Amino acid sequence: MGEETRRIAPLEGRGFDGEELRVLPAEPATRLVLRASAEACEDLSAALGLDLPRTPKTTSSKGARAALWLGPDEWLVIDQAGANLVAACAGVPAFHAAVDVSHRNTAMLVSGPRAADVLSAGCPQDLSLHAFPVGAASRTMFGKAEIVLWRTGEDAFRVECWRSFSDYVLLLMEAAARDV
Amino acid sequence: MTQPFRIATAGRLGHADPVRFSFDGRILMGLSGDTLASALIANGIHLVGRSFKYHRPRGIVSAGAEEPNALVGIHRDAARRTPNVRATVQEVYEGLEAVSQNRWPSLAFDVGALNDVASPFFSAGFYYKTFMWPKAAWERLYEPFIRRAAGLGVAPDRPDPDLYANRFAHCDVLVIGGGAAGLAAALAAAETGAQVILADEQAQTGGALRYETGAVIDGQAGWDWAQTVTADLAARDNVRLLTRTTGFGYYAQNMVGLVERLTDHLAAPDPARPRERLWQVRAKRAVLATGAIERHMVFPGNDRPGIMLASAARTYLNHFGVAVGRNIAVYAADDGAWLAALDLHRAGVGVAAIVDARADVAGPHVEEAKRLGVACLPAHAVTGTTGRLRVSSIRVSPVAGGAARDIACDALLTSAGWTPAVHLFSQSRGKLVFEAETQRFLPGSNAQDVACAGACAGASGLAETVEQGLEAGARAGGATGGRTVAVREARGESWTGGMLGPADNGTGAKAFVDFQNDVTAKDIRQAVREGMRSIEHVKRFTTTGMATDQGKTSNMHGLAIAAAMLGKPIPEVGLTTFRAPYTPVTFGALAGHSRGALFEPVRRTPIHSWAEENGAEFEDVGQWKRAWYFPRNGEELHAAVARECRTVRASAGIFDASTLGKIEVVGPDAARFMELMYTNPWTKLGVGRCRYGVMLREDGFIYDDGVVGRLAEDRFHVTTTTGGAPRVLNHMEDYLQTEFPDLRVFLTSTSEQWAVIAVQGPRSRDIIAPLVERIDLSDEAMPHMSVREGSICGVPTRLFRMSFTGERGFEINVPADFGRAVWEAVWAEGRKHDACAYGTEAMHVLRAEKGFIIVGQETDGTVTPHDAGLGWAIGRNKADFVGMRGLRRADLVAPGRKQLVGLKTKDPDVVLDEGAQIVADPNQPVPMTMLGHVTSSYWSENCGRSIALALVAGGHDRMGETLHVPMPGGAIAVEVTSTVFFDEKGERANG
Amino acid sequence: MLLIHCPYCQEERPELEFRHAGEAHIARPTDMAALSDADFERFFFIRSNPKGIVFERWRHIHGCARFFNAARDTVSDRFLATYRAGDPKPALDGEGA
Repeated sequence: MGEETRRIAPLEGRGFDGEELRVLPAEPATRLVLRASAEACEDLSAALGLDLPRTPKTTSSKGARAALWLGPDEWLVIDQAGANLVAACAGVPAFHAAVDVSHRNTAMLVSGPRAADVLSAGCPQDLSLHAFPVGAASRTMFGKAEIVLWRTGEDAFRVECWRSFSDYVLLLMEAAARDV
Repeated sequence: MTQPFRIATAGRLGHADPVRFSFDGRILMGLSGDTLASALIANGIHLVGRSFKYHRPRGIVSAGAEEPNALVGIHRDAARRTPNVRATVQEVYEGLEAVSQNRWPSLAFDVGALNDVASPFFSAGFYYKTFMWPKAAWERLYEPFIRRAAGLGVAPDRPDPDLYANRFAHCDVLVIGGGAAGLAAALAAAETGAQVILADEQAQTGGALRYETGAVIDGQAGWDWAQTVTADLAARDNVRLLTRTTGFGYYAQNMVGLVERLTDHLAAPDPARPRERLWQVRAKRAVLATGAIERHMVFPGNDRPGIMLASAARTYLNHFGVAVGRNIAVYAADDGAWLAALDLHRAGVGVAAIVDARADVAGPHVEEAKRLGVACLPAHAVTGTTGRLRVSSIRVSPVAGGAARDIACDALLTSAGWTPAVHLFSQSRGKLVFEAETQRFLPGSNAQDVACAGACAGASGLAETVEQGLEAGARAGGATGGRTVAVREARGESWTGGMLGPADNGTGAKAFVDFQNDVTAKDIRQAVREGMRSIEHVKRFTTTGMATDQGKTSNMHGLAIAAAMLGKPIPEVGLTTFRAPYTPVTFGALAGHSRGALFEPVRRTPIHSWAEENGAEFEDVGQWKRAWYFPRNGEELHAAVARECRTVRASAGIFDASTLGKIEVVGPDAARFMELMYTNPWTKLGVGRCRYGVMLREDGFIYDDGVVGRLAEDRFHVTTTTGGAPRVLNHMEDYLQTEFPDLRVFLTSTSEQWAVIAVQGPRSRDIIAPLVERIDLSDEAMPHMSVREGSICGVPTRLFRMSFTGERGFEINVPADFGRAVWEAVWAEGRKHDACAYGTEAMHVLRAEKGFIIVGQETDGTVTPHDAGLGWAIGRNKADFVGMRGLRRADLVAPGRKQLVGLKTKDPDVVLDEGAQIVADPNQPVPMTMLGHVTSSYWSENCGRSIALALVAGGHDRMGETLHVPMPGGAIAVEVTSTVFFDEKGERANG
Repeated sequence: MLLIHCPYCQEERPELEFRHAGEAHIARPTDMAALSDADFERFFFIRSNPKGIVFERWRHIHGCARFFNAARDTVSDRFLATYRAGDPKPALDGEGA
């Protein structure tokens, strides 16, 4: 019966693709909000197969999997291959909380030479490469929506937001794109 | 259509394209690159508007942003009608349509000018003194009159169709002003490798070099140097050059607001592109190179069209190639105006006289004027002017007294010296200091990392200006070794001198200080005579400096006149605050993208599209769109809701509850944490069971509620109200992080992880049973108020058995991307049982039939659980929970508190208004003693009558009492009842 | 718009990411049940609201989501220090915090 239950991503068929700017919905991924104190970090890192970053505004990646530092005891773990992240952490006895948010968030991939300018229409952080280098990630604001911004390349960002805000975020990017 | 005052050999627009525009319907020609003001003057037009109070004819005073007089309306189309545009800033474009303001029926003949005749009655403080009584006259007479008279242009009556953009920017060095100082600063800063933003309000950089003819910088003419440097800067990767961009506000920590005008100068702007862009710049360091603003002379009749600032006349000639008259005169107290006269003389314009209020005038400009045979009158003052719609002569008298004479002229250039533009520096909270010798306020100590350079910093000549710019720029760029750029030589004019206030000893009548608000020297003196001591009082009493130009040309005059009257030095009288914005900013620029669909995020559930396709009407609940009801066959709201409510209790209904807030509470101390956050006991709640939880604030009042399921010993699935989701999580995080940090618990919002499909009604189990796997749905295995994990339609589910309708019911949580597909499967099953989809309105009625509260409807932040009839939800044996102590406060346990009750109208067909007040005796005199108010009221199809919930003083003890709801059509009698109107024993949820 | 140094993110971030959360260093009494009316009043209702230096709570709600404390001068609107929740009041230069 599972095959028949259609999965509908919030931004299915949306986005735009220009020469200087592309905004496209990311493929579905599994996501975990991982909350853990420092003591559990090592075990969780081992279980997930990557080092949970300990430095603010940084990420670590391995293959299709990445962990984004969101707070001193909070990470957003994304597996673009769709691996079961909850199961991966289930065996770690140290105190932590692993909560599946695969469907809570959705993501847009923003790329092209104008990507940073479009994001700067709504994001108050300094997005210069110096202040926000490749690999940096941060929870922040884009207009009136909270996002998690992850710079995946000099001209490439992944923008994660809660699904119901994705329409607003995309509309604001479209509006901003008219100005860059 | 020639331009009679255009001088082909002067200015820089020689080869520019001709441009056709109109002013008050008259078709005129200008040149591309003109401002509206320069193009009008090229056509011999100085009269452009009527003044605010006296409706006096007014002309163009300046050539820049400080313009007080030449405000016009610019009309592009029916929706694009911008009032109060400064003609000196607006660039002409092909087809530009400008109209004069504040006149009727025409600019040349204006009825409102009667105010001028009656002006002795309109003197300072007129409004305060005249419109005192009777009180009734305010509504009918004074206020309509004042409102009509207030404001200049006409606001557009259609929504603004233009787009506005926003950009956050960060830089090492922000330079405001692209004159000699700003360009030098930007160049020096750029040379260090710093990220530089340079903003200039004009279409082209260059500042005062536009008109200063003799300036030489680095071996080039001043203007040419400016353009060379500008091109150099524009080519650098580390420089962002913004023209037509005003730095309008200087905020905390070097945040500066810039507004960039992108399309106002274009004939055919692309409607898909923004009109303006707001830059919110965060600069590590700022250099203010905002220049200085020339002051006019204060003398009787100084406001006639044709009387303008000397630097403006020079700008029109030297930049735009336009002569401001054929036979001009000068009245000044500084040297710059002499140079203006000499420039005009060289261009072939007659110079009737140069009147200077100073006795000692000397220098090459004086010699030159004398050599040219111009009448030079030092130690003289202009004491009057003539000319109805344009100045035609001036009356000149010796300052010391003596015979007057009249001199004919068609334009008068005035200059009382220069006021440093310290507006942004002052906004940055920097201290201003008064330099007595030059009678100027100059930047003093900094409050932020900002430097001033050039005329705004008190530089008195071009060499010093460039010098200061280079130094400030290098330092701002972080250079430690001083200079980063060498400029061989900078020589040009100096601009010290000048005076404040009037030179003549007249009454000051019609000697205007503030043109835009029609404030004269006499008004300011009168304000002091009537007891105003501080400049803040003088300002409010006379309105000087309070117009849209904020007194850029006039404030120092006003201050000096007040100081002289008070016999105090200027700094002791004070200086009014420089407030943002420096020049007017459109609402559009400030709103930016936040309009229409982007005003606020519009949040939709995963099931929204299904509801839309099935004809739902939606209502806004916070940012959410929620299906309100599902009309069939053209049903109105009430018919649809009645049917939905009937169907739920007869068979079943399906409801999208996805907007409910959800929080996953995880950790070994999860139950202990829940004990503290909710009034209820949690430790003994079994895994797989649910409980209705009540959350209080520390003061004991209800904050939120919701059903909580225990998924494991260490894991709770908490639901919150739709509107409460963010604040409840914030409230929980607050206590967890700051009051109970030792508890081993983590919180995660899962509001949007789960789509929630409520299936409510006697057939609910039959509907979902074929779809559910791995869960035993029997009453024994899964009683009311329990939760199971399993799957539905092949996808994982957290299935709650719970009820907000009083019927047997389930809430199916599925991962959100599957929400619509599972909904459709449930819908297909539901149709086999005659189930319906229902919306929020039916949900409200159904829960009210059962007396279930809605937080925010039955509660308003002053309702305790006891008041709401929820005392049972408070754990009796708990040592602590948030709000426990608050509940014991004297007021919260006092008798007579408003308590939640049911109300039944005596006439069952009458539906009360929500919010209506309740009294015991409807015949008591007004104001009546209110006992409470109706919180919820509906027609209940299932009860066959109206039902209502209400908060009533001492309500729990009033069962059976008759009370009254006074309404405009008469009082409605009601009976106080229990809050439960349907299935009072509560059997249906279990059965 | 202020720039606020988040002691957890260890850098200055724009005010839009933050939310003010009232006066700092008011600990919730551990024995709430025994609290007198006067003590409850002092704990819940009374705030210092000085002109000058305030100690206040902020939450980096759209950043790392941590609550933290700050010392701010209400006259100049300047942050003098930010520090982690639970840390003692910092000594401010000459202010005798």
